[in-house]
Amino acid sequence: MLTSRALIRGLQSSLWRSVCSTSALQGSHSKVVDVIDCSVPQYNNRLDTPLPDRPFVKHDQLSAEQKKLKEKEKASWKSLSKEEQLALYRMTFELTYPEMRKGSDEWKTVLGGVFFFMGFTGLLVWWQRVYVFGDVPHTLSDEWVEKQTQRMIDMRINPVNGFASQWDYEKKQWK
Amino acid sequence: MFRSAVRLTCSGVRSLTRTRPQFTAPLAARGYSHGKQETDEEFDARWVTYFNKPDIDAWELRKGMNTLIGYDLVPEPKILEAALRACRRLNDLASAIRILEAVKDKSGPHKEIYPYLIQELRPTLDELGIATPEELGIDKV
Repeated sequence: MLTSRALIRGLQSSLWRSVCSTSALQGSHSKVVDVIDCSVPQYNNRLDTPLPDRPFVKHDQLSAEQKKLKEKEKASWKSLSKEEQLALYRMTFELTYPEMRKGSDEWKTVLGGVFFFMGFTGLLVWWQRVYVFGDVPHTLSDEWVEKQTQRMIDMRINPVNGFASQWDYEKKQWK
Repeated sequence: MFRSAVRLTCSGVRSLTRTRPQFTAPLAARGYSHGKQETDEEFDARWVTYFNKPDIDAWELRKGMNTLIGYDLVPEPKILEAALRACRRLNDLASAIRILEAVKDKSGPHKEIYPYLIQELRPTLDELGIATPEELGIDKV
């Protein structure tokens, strides 16, 4: 399909770009964020994969104080405060399990958009009915339909199970 | 294939990590209808041995945990203790906390499992100095 081919071409060009770049450039933010180097382990937030292939903040992207904290992690964890433990967690993982499970309110936007456009379409249809369509054929007028119905009864249209079968010919009324 | 006896999804879960049924229900680690079925104890022992490897590396820890979470069960406290100690050997506190989060999530609607696990793991948590997700406040959004 066209979209998958375009995707592959985009991916190939991004792969070539990251192969060409040196490791020094890898940390730079001059590139568009969409470029993902799929040849290295990726981080992901998944409920069924508690420990992803790499930490969220890569080791060489840690700040100086984060690196100090990582050194402190090698000693007894009892010496770490709650904030430090939380900081270590957030360095390695982007989202906690409750955050992963949270979901969003996007469905409200979607539903609202659907109703809005349905309403707009309704306005268009009404306008069309009033300003575009001409009169309805005269054969749908009450007078014509009356005469038509009487004729159908006289002709015994579908007398067994259909139209005329609903007419009581003795009492001259509908059954 | 007696997984139904010990499945979490079975509504008959009375006790906690895995039901201890009145009859011996071997937990098949593989779906053979023939051949020797692995018992619960063998399964646990296998995993405890896996995590107790003294020179376990980070990849093996991740692989082990991800595989274990993929099973239709909540791991016994002794397996989790071995995993937490493996995290300690690898100087990885974040993974230790993540493991606790993962088993809580794994318990699903059976809310009594996680407190039991924490109760059983309390000595290890205190010894290693691991804070639970609740203590860090990340159990709520």
